[in-house]
This record gives sequence, structure tokens and C-alpha cells, in this order.
Amino acid sequence: MSEDQEQGNSARRYWLDDQKNVRKIIIALFIVCGLLFLADGFYEKHSHFGFEDVFGFYAIYGFVMCVALVIAAKVMRIFLMRDEDYYDRDQ
Amino acid sequence: MTAISSINPGLILILGALPALLLPLVIRRLYILALPIVGFMLVHQLEPGTLVTMEAFGMTLEPLQVDRLSLVWGYIFNIAAFLGLLFAWHERDILQQVSALVYAGAAIAAVFAGDLVTLFVFWELTGVSSVFLIWASRTPEAYRCGMRYLVIQVTSGVILLAGAIIWYADTGSIDFGHIGIDSMAGKLILVAFGIKCAFPLLHNWLQDAYPQATVTGTVILSAFTTKLAVYALARGFAGTEALIYIGATMTAFPIFYAVIENDLRRVLAYSLNNQLGFMVVGVGVGTELALNGTAAHAFSHILYKALLFMSMGAVLFRTGTCKGSELGGLYKSMPLTTGFCIIGAASISAFPLFSGFISKSMILTAVAEEHRWFIWGTLLFASAGVFHHSGIKIPYFAFFAHDSGRRVKEAPWHMLLAMGLTAFLCIFIGVYPTALYDILPYAVDYKPYTSYHVVQQLQLLMFSALAFTVLMLTRIYPPELRSTNLDTDWFYRVAGPFVVGRLVQGLAAIGTAIETSLTKVAVDTITVIRRHHGPEGFMAKTLHLSSMVFWVVAALAFVLILDFARGV
Repeated sequence: MSEDQEQGNSARRYWLDDQKNVRKIIIALFIVCGLLFLADGFYEKHSHFGFEDVFGFYAIYGFVMCVALVIAAKVMRIFLMRDEDYYDRDQ
Repeated sequence: MTAISSINPGLILILGALPALLLPLVIRRLYILALPIVGFMLVHQLEPGTLVTMEAFGMTLEPLQVDRLSLVWGYIFNIAAFLGLLFAWHERDILQQVSALVYAGAAIAAVFAGDLVTLFVFWELTGVSSVFLIWASRTPEAYRCGMRYLVIQVTSGVILLAGAIIWYADTGSIDFGHIGIDSMAGKLILVAFGIKCAFPLLHNWLQDAYPQATVTGTVILSAFTTKLAVYALARGFAGTEALIYIGATMTAFPIFYAVIENDLRRVLAYSLNNQLGFMVVGVGVGTELALNGTAAHAFSHILYKALLFMSMGAVLFRTGTCKGSELGGLYKSMPLTTGFCIIGAASISAFPLFSGFISKSMILTAVAEEHRWFIWGTLLFASAGVFHHSGIKIPYFAFFAHDSGRRVKEAPWHMLLAMGLTAFLCIFIGVYPTALYDILPYAVDYKPYTSYHVVQQLQLLMFSALAFTVLMLTRIYPPELRSTNLDTDWFYRVAGPFVVGRLVQGLAAIGTAIETSLTKVAVDTITVIRRHHGPEGFMAKTLHLSSMVFWVVAALAFVLILDFARGV
């Protein structure tokens, strides 16, 4: 990024500008996820379906389905993606 | 009944829009903000069970019918109109101000319509008035997009009218109550509602049109048309099994598009579509809990969706673009907008203490109580997915991600105020759900804040966030690219014109071929006739008188011989 456009408030270093702090957030997320996964042993489930009783079902489902979603969407790009001005060409 | 409680509250905004045309700018701004407040108070004093009828054309029209279902929509539509108009305070364009008022008023009036004819009138008025919010962008693309939008909206109304006429012929009544899909009329009316509700394959007008509208127009548009359709479905088609499958499809497939879409307002349009799916499933299940869930979710959805569109509108207003590939790092210059966007994102993702948590879960629980595990699993997938693309992608690519180097001013005060009020309502409903539960159509016996529900929801969401993080770190997550993704509008924007074009060309070629061959036949015929009958032709030869006499004599002689032969 050129420095001449970086004037005023932008010259300030923000907390998130430091990669170390970004790492801290990511580590915190991993810890929170770990704790939530373990929390499955400490409350009474009110399940409607048998598969809900699998230990950490919601965590596993959320993770797996999101990865599947992104990969499927990435594959869709092969078929569906066109140039930005795709619809403007004939005008 | 007093006179004031027999007026359809939608008329306040529709008729109130007319004097706005004459007012100077400053007074006009205050005046148009006051109208939804008056509308809200008018809704508030309506009593469930109120019915106003009038006779016209031999039919009984019901311009005002009030019950607990319509009241929910009456409240939230007035709130949404107020917040949207406050967000648009800076707007000097009188066209947008008036069309927004008429549009919101028409939606409110349609909600309180007791018969199908009144519903049709206001149904069409929502389409016709709202197109100006798209055209107000005043670009050639917006003009063409508005035309496509208008054609689809009006078509929905025409199908509704056709259904209503058949319904009247079948039943002798135009009362708008439960309709069901058994009759031909019911099927037509369902299609009409389905178009406005953006059913799968009928959906694409929404993703096409909403990102083309003005900064403020999209905020207004996002609230009314589709939620009016949800209301109409809840009134006419509660408990219709097919809606469960339609709704589940709606929750799932738009999120794939949302992941790869670059225009962040279009991402929001896809997630709007996905949220409608939850409401449609609720209508399809049709139990008291499910219908309560649909009403509650429509209420909280209108708020957080408006908040998200407002935050993206503010970004567009300040930076001139809404494309993920062009944005990033805006939290530095728009910190308040960033905060409000995150509140909207948390609400749509149904984080505990935010509005989506206490409304969406009612629908999921209603589905689980019916033991529909596949539908339930689809909705749970869609819940995780909506966090992924609306909850994380929108704030992340607009305000964080790589710093685009854009340094702009924070959003103007009125936008911040509108976003602040909307954000407050999102949290208020999440923290104090009783306020919303008390106005739902049926008595609520549902507790959202149980330990298992909170933990399970947090597991689902945090592990979705974990998936996003892991995919970003491993660079598997698809980058934001300047692009267009093909959707069903391809069929009427490319394939349709292509086929029609080819058809016209083909017909022209066939026409030419027929013309050529007919000409050839005609020429050949004329040539043959000319050969025999023309000046040089055999048939046109002149004969000498002597040879004529010879042939006559010969003929006579032949007849004579025949006569002799007979005599012998």
C-alpha cells in the first residue's frame, strides 16, 4: 500500500494490524471450541432424534457441513462463474 | 366501533404520501417520518376480530380485517417503514420518498385485507410503487432491471387475480381465509404468493433487483414484499405439506450462491431468500408453535435484515462500492457501522441474546416435534451456513480482511441513528423475548433459553466459525472475485432471448424458403402457360380459313359415316 494515501487516522497502528494479535484471536477461538465440545458432557440433552445424542453432534455437524458447503460452492464456480460484465455485453 | 378504528392503517401511508409532494424539504422529512408513527398507533388500537365490510359489484369486500396474525405484520411493517425512512433522511429525491411511503402503505393495507380482491389491489400496488426505488438509481442497468422486476411482480398479481376469480366461481366467496392447494384456484394463488415469496426457481427477481436499488431503496425493499408473501402464505396455506419441502430447499440452495457472490448486497439478498425458507417451512408445518415461529421470525428477520442492508448501504454510500473484492479494513474508518453490522450478523446467525435465536429456534423445534429428521437436518445445515456467509463473510470482507486502503468518513448521523435503533431492537428482542412472544398469534409455551439449547447453538456456530478460520488459513476458502454467477435469471436474460432470436431467424429462413419455392412454382407455371398460350405458343397459333373448312368437312364426314354405320 502506498504511503502517500496513508494520512490522518490511517497512520495509526491498530490492534488488529499486528499479526500476533490475529493469532491470539485464532487461538482463543480454538480454545472456545475445545471447551464447547467438552461441554457436551455436562448438560442434559432434550433430543428429538437419536443422532443428537452423539457426543459433540452439533459441533461436528456445524464444522463438517460448513466445509462441505464451501467446497461445493467452490466447485459451483467452475460452472457458474462468468465475467463481471457478462450481462452487459449485448447492450 | 369508532371511525378511526375502521380505517385500514395502510391508507395512512398511502394517502399521506400525497401531501408530501407539496411540502418543502425539511418539513417533508419530518412529515414522512411521522406517518409510520401514526400508522403504528393506529395498528395498536385495532381490536382483533374487527371486520369492516362493504358491498361492491355484488361482492362483499372486506377492506379491514384484524386478527392476531395480521397485527404482528402491521406492527413490524410500520416499524420497518420508520427505520428505513430515518435511514433515508438525507435523501432529497421526492420520487423515492413518496414511492417508499406508498409501497410500505400498500404492504400494510394488504396485510389487513380481508378479501382476495382487496388483497389483489394492494398486492399489485406494492409491485408498481416499489419499482421506483430501483429506477431511482438512474442507471441503464437499473432501468432494465426494474423492467424485469416489474414484469415479474405484475405477473404475480395477475395470477393472483386469476386464482381469485376461479375461487369466486367455485365457492361464491372472495373471503381471504384458508385456501389450500386442492383446487385449481388454490394452486394459482399459491404460485402468485410463491413468486413474491421467492420460491426456488421463482426466486431470482430478488437477487437481481435488490442490489440494483439505491442505497436506501434496498433497505426499504428488503422489509415488505417477501414478508407480505409469507403472511399471505400463513393465512391461506398453513399446514400445506408441500411448503415444508419448498421451504427447506429455499433455506439450503441460496447459501451456496452466497458463498461465491462478490456483491455484498447480493450476498444479503441470497441470505434473505434463505431466511424466508425457514418461515415457509413454519407455514408448511402449520402447528401453533410453527406459525408462532414464522410470525416471530418474520418480525426479527425484518429488523436484522434491514440492519445488515443499512450497514452495507452506509458502506456503499461512503465508498461507492459494495463488492467484497474492493473492500476491507473499513473498521478503521467506520467503527460504529462495523459494530452495528456485527450486531445484525449475530442476530441473523441466531447467537444467544440476539433476535434470531429466540425466533428461528421455534421453527426448528416445531419441525423436530413432527419428527422430520431430514428437514430438520437441512434447516440446521442452513443455520450453520447462514452464519458462515452472512454472519462472518459480510462483516469480514467489508470491514476486516485485507486492508483496501480506503479511508472514508463514518456514516452520517441519521444512518447511525437508524442502525442504532434497529440494533437496539435486535438485542432487546433477544434478551427479552416475552415482548415479542406476547404479540404472537397463539399463546406461547416455549422457552428459548435452556442450557441445552444455548450450548448446542453455540457449538454449531463456533464450529462454523472454526471451519471458516481453517478454510481461510489453508487458503481453501474461495477468494472474492469480480464476477457474475449464473442463476435462473440466465434463462430469461440469455437463453430466452437467444432461443427467441434463433426462432425468429429460423422462421424468417423458413419464410424465405417458402417464398422462393412459391415464386419458382409461379414462374414455372407462367412459363408453361406462356409456352402453350403465349404469342408463339401452340394454342395461340392462327389457322388458315381453308384448313378450318377442311377439318369441319372432315368432322362432318366422320359423323356421316357413323350415322351410316348405325343405319346398317
